[in-house]
Amino acid sequence: MSEEMYKEMAQSIIDGDSDKSVELAQKAIEIQMHPLDAITKGFVVGVNYIGDQFGKGEAFLPELVMAGEAMKAAVATLDPELRKLGEAREIMGRVVLATVEGDIHEIGKTLVGTMLSASGFEVYDIGVDAPADKIIGKAIEVDANIIGMSALLTTTMVRQREVIDELEKEGLRGKFKVIVGGAPITREWYEKIKADGYSEDAIGAVKLAKELVGKE
Amino acid sequence: MQPKLSLLNDELIKRIVEEAYQLLLKPGVKVQNAEARQLLAEAGASVDEETMVVRIPEQIVRKALETAPRQFNLYDYEGNPKVQYGGDAVQFDPGSSGISVLIPETLEHKTAETEDLIRIIKVAESLPQYDAQSTAVVCHDVPKELHDLYRLYLVMLYSKKPIVTGAFTNTTVHQMIDMLAIFAGGHDKLREKPRAVFDVCPSPPLIWSNFGAGNLMTLARAGVPAEIVSMPLAGAAAPVTLLGAVTQHAAECLSGIAIHQLAHAGSPIVWGGAPSTFDMRKGGTPFGSVETGMIDSSYAQVGKYLGLPTHAYLGATESKVLDMQAGLESGLGAMVGALSGINMISGSGMLDSLLCQSPEKLVIDAEGIAMAQRMLQGMKIHTETLATGFYEGVNFKGGDFLKQKITMQLFQKEQHMPGNVIDRDSMRGWKASGSMDTFTRARIRVTEILASYKRPELDPDKEAKLRAFVLDLAKQAGLEHLPNIEDFQPA
Repeated sequence: MSEEMYKEMAQSIIDGDSDKSVELAQKAIEIQMHPLDAITKGFVVGVNYIGDQFGKGEAFLPELVMAGEAMKAAVATLDPELRKLGEAREIMGRVVLATVEGDIHEIGKTLVGTMLSASGFEVYDIGVDAPADKIIGKAIEVDANIIGMSALLTTTMVRQREVIDELEKEGLRGKFKVIVGGAPITREWYEKIKADGYSEDAIGAVKLAKELVGKE
Repeated sequence: MQPKLSLLNDELIKRIVEEAYQLLLKPGVKVQNAEARQLLAEAGASVDEETMVVRIPEQIVRKALETAPRQFNLYDYEGNPKVQYGGDAVQFDPGSSGISVLIPETLEHKTAETEDLIRIIKVAESLPQYDAQSTAVVCHDVPKELHDLYRLYLVMLYSKKPIVTGAFTNTTVHQMIDMLAIFAGGHDKLREKPRAVFDVCPSPPLIWSNFGAGNLMTLARAGVPAEIVSMPLAGAAAPVTLLGAVTQHAAECLSGIAIHQLAHAGSPIVWGGAPSTFDMRKGGTPFGSVETGMIDSSYAQVGKYLGLPTHAYLGATESKVLDMQAGLESGLGAMVGALSGINMISGSGMLDSLLCQSPEKLVIDAEGIAMAQRMLQGMKIHTETLATGFYEGVNFKGGDFLKQKITMQLFQKEQHMPGNVIDRDSMRGWKASGSMDTFTRARIRVTEILASYKRPELDPDKEAKLRAFVLDLAKQAGLEHLPNIEDFQPA
């Protein structure tokens, strides 16, 4: 019975069907399935599958995003139940995401956020055109593990270095892992600015984040 | 709404047809086949037996146009209609009768042999963009007497698709029809569901050779479709003006249709061609020139005006290697042909002005064809409102539309997803996968296709009959054995 339902849950994510994933989450609550089982044995399997397919070029961005949205909706439905049980889904880590100051391009960053939350991270997305102090302030406030910064332009990617320099100056660099992304970002760049990693796409970002919090 | 390219208005089309009729009277058409001259004479044309020049009055042609079918189908091995001639259907097949193939490792243009044609057939069979096979290269490892029919033989063994072919003599056209009849289950069934169309070429200017006219009559009587491939060479074998070339094309086709329909009224025939401009620097025939495309598009308009199915040679290039010139000439040609609503567009895979075939080019050209086919689908209205319905919940954030269910539902209907031959990766991703250019990616694709290709299952009796038929002809030509064919199991 549960096996069948786990499969349906995974499928609802693969189909990017938020209505169905919420319905299945409610049904899980009714039949007193443990919410953590519903997430890890059911819904997450779907997210991982669609992520793999995307990596192979066999799924496309809308499918990836819809899967992330369906996952978010399912988890939100299960969350109150988890709290009642006095438990919480194991949080992989807390991530503050931002597009750096002077840059307003955020499609990639938003995707990273969707995939990170679908994979069990707590994501604080502070949007675009975010100055260093705002990013660092938020990271301190939520006790983040990771700061993720995006930039689309070669003229704004230098702001990524400013944030890292600022962290150094305030003696906070050791407290946060810093990851960077965006069209112009290369391995050379992230090494040069002494970030902790970079990724080309949202799936790679999830993998990187998991590695950095020791969960891979 | 299928988008369309129109280079001519109705008034100009009428002038072209009018002048073409005048050409049929003066200077007339040189018909080098006695039987064809006799048919025309009996119908009321004036014939000068000494010069072989026939003056064909308009009413003979008008009658032929009335009996020529407006549309017909080609069928696959199983007898399913797969190619539609007529209307604005657009289909593609590889270019025919090359003499060499591009060897990707050395870039040599090697004289084509059996194994090369088999490779080309396998690639064309596996790519859905090719609606029909062609007898793409002549195999030089068999005697000349077999050159045309041996190509058809290999296509019949390795493909189930409809076939664009052609005979090189008045004898072999009968033999090739017999070969097709073996698979069709008799000549009557072949007439009912023809699998192949035969290209037949007039010789510019305004000449029907003994062989060309002979082929037209044989095909008409067999009920096997004929495709007139008129080749006005603008500036050398036709007037230098594009409209002059289009008019000569019309006159050559109209006289061909008259001969064809006089031999057997109602048999299917195609208004086709392989014209080009004449290059005044090198003396060549540039099939990738923009004016070639303009002549093709225009004569297709004339053919449609007369209610006939259409064909053209486009999507080929003068380039000798798979470089940017090859890409841009082939892609533009395919697009012009598609937008002109031409029923069968031949030429893919061809380099060096139709002399050299390349499986790698077939793979790249298939991507251009897919783009042209997408263009033909035009702008589609998928939703009740064009845009306003999309904005609910949109928060002035880039990426909002990615989260809409309708995006997932419609993106594959709006966007054509190219194959891996087309690079859309980031610089980093491109480097990570080997920094490959189009040619290199195409070579990989060809290797994959050849590895996964399986020869179609054919009726063993029919296959044995076909093999015996061709072997017999080979022996008459002094060849004891046909070249060895890999993975071929004689019954």
